[in-house]
Amino acid sequence: MSETREKLLEVRDLTVTFGSRRHPFRAVDGVSFDIRRGETFGLVGESGSGKTTIGRAIIRVDPVSGGTIKYGGEIISGRVSRQTDRRVIRNIQMVFQDPMASLNERAKVDYIVSEGLYSLHKHMPEAERRERVAKALGDVGLLPEFAGRFPHEFSGGQRQRIGIARALIMEPEFIVADEPVSALDVSIRAQVLNLMSRLQRERGLTYLFISHDLSVVRFISDRIAVIYRGKLMELARSEQLFDHPLHPYTRALLSAIPMPDPARERTKKLLVYDPSQHGYTEADPPLWEELEPGHFVRGSRRELDAYRKTLL
Amino acid sequence: MKENVILSFEDLDVRFTLRGQVLNAIRGISLDVYRGESLAIVGESGSGKSVLTRSAMGLLDANGSIAGGHIWYDGRDLAAFRTEKEWLAVRGREIAMVMQDPMTSLNPLKTVGAQILEAVRLHQGLRGAAARAAAVQALADVGISDPETRYKQYPHEFSGGMRQRVVIAIAIACRPKILICDEPTTALDVTIQAQILDLVRSLQKKLGLTTVYITHDLGVVANVADRIAVMYAGDIVEVGSCDEVFYDPRHPYTWALLSSLPQLGAKGETLYSIQGTPPNLFHEVRGDAFAPRNPQALKIDFLKRPPYFDVSPTHRARTWLLDPRAPRVEPPEHIRRLRERGGGGYV
Repeated sequence: MSETREKLLEVRDLTVTFGSRRHPFRAVDGVSFDIRRGETFGLVGESGSGKTTIGRAIIRVDPVSGGTIKYGGEIISGRVSRQTDRRVIRNIQMVFQDPMASLNERAKVDYIVSEGLYSLHKHMPEAERRERVAKALGDVGLLPEFAGRFPHEFSGGQRQRIGIARALIMEPEFIVADEPVSALDVSIRAQVLNLMSRLQRERGLTYLFISHDLSVVRFISDRIAVIYRGKLMELARSEQLFDHPLHPYTRALLSAIPMPDPARERTKKLLVYDPSQHGYTEADPPLWEELEPGHFVRGSRRELDAYRKTLL
Repeated sequence: MKENVILSFEDLDVRFTLRGQVLNAIRGISLDVYRGESLAIVGESGSGKSVLTRSAMGLLDANGSIAGGHIWYDGRDLAAFRTEKEWLAVRGREIAMVMQDPMTSLNPLKTVGAQILEAVRLHQGLRGAAARAAAVQALADVGISDPETRYKQYPHEFSGGMRQRVVIAIAIACRPKILICDEPTTALDVTIQAQILDLVRSLQKKLGLTTVYITHDLGVVANVADRIAVMYAGDIVEVGSCDEVFYDPRHPYTWALLSSLPQLGAKGETLYSIQGTPPNLFHEVRGDAFAPRNPQALKIDFLKRPPYFDVSPTHRARTWLLDPRAPRVEPPEHIRRLRERGGGGYV
């Protein structure tokens, strides 16, 4: 069903390079994927895999050194017009991991939540701004009078709600959520995940949900991409990925997920991924191919043929 | 103290003074730790799980103190220790600790070898070549390849997982009886996390250690624990074997905690979530501390603190629901499913 929906974000051969010209480091290396309107796209990887960099490239914080990012059919990567830049700011918002660190501790909630309005709608009347702050706080389950308080007066879960309110006030279509629940306790995590699902239903929001936690990603995502050292290894619908993981890295990652089930943990077999196991050569380089509808895997001709057989 | 008990908390109270106000961080905890077992203390932030273990190592912050009760270890009452000198005989030597973040628990200015050497000299009394050999061996014991070379390197030359192995090597170098692991894998990637847990398990077997894990991650708990103690608001609300707590939990807080795991939820469904926030421990807690957040709380839950009720010889919970006079309250659906299947209910 999601295949018929409009492509909201198209990422093609995205490459992001850091470091000096002499010592370049490719944080993201030739990544391609689409995100459709209204879906939750999960991006899973370990630390240093480049998952956060992809999110930052989309919101135009990290410079793109190769490939393109299109939003609603329009290129938003590289040099763009002022108009496009403003369009990105208005339509794409970000929610960060650590609600302790991502809120200005010296500013009141009122200012934190409306900062985007100040920069994008300079001439908005004060009464309207206040109204929108109150509404944004209400949308995330906080009281309007919290606007007069400072971040330290809130618990972790409440602070993450403030972070979400700050994104919502811009009335975005697309939210990049980078590890939004990783710093939260189990019970608070459930509240924030439910809030995100509810907002998506009510407003047709589209999410890029970046996380290292596969069990959370599985719960919230329609489709999942697995990234390792800057390259996508596998991309599939959540159920496809969990039921038929093909790439050895995906399999290793899935085998390591801690499950809250002692019987399963006792019998669990850890798979270890060794990136040198592929034996890629010039003659047989890794490709990125769709093996069944919606299921992409990285592998050489030989590997892809082997994966195809397991799908039959 | 029973023969097989190595560490015993008896009616322990720990208080902190903050800006003239008193915070009751630990409220009358009694818990036995058995020799050679692997015990997991589970709780959310602020539940007091770290304070409890820190009190057994004399590592409470300066504004905190043991206000009542005892901590028995090897015939001594650790709660009665007053001087740093007394603690030095226990801390590290008898009870060692591995902390969450290997970035901050290692000294970035000293080589890894020097840091292990320090522990070896202090606790094993070795000097010179013998001390160095023991330190290199400690690196080898925690699965670091080429320990001779690694010995001379600095922490920044190690990956996160390797750094945590170094921290474990330092803890083990003192040949402790009890190893406390405070969120040992929270800062690590899942694949590395599994390897570190395996390492601790094999060391435990090899050295006959007793391990105490402090964690909020129920997946880690299911992997490592023989027994589980569930903490809420400075109290242990339920304690039992790993299977008992996962498959037959009895306290409403344990129900809520397990139910809110995304592993139990299905996409598109609303995840079970606990409403409200934990009680403010600056105020006196009346009755069952979880009652205000428990939609099925009984009247007595608000009035009187429940005692422990035994479910089995190894399993007890502090809830009025287990009182014979209590009405029958069904646990949430997810928990009932777990009970029926005795496991396998998790996707």
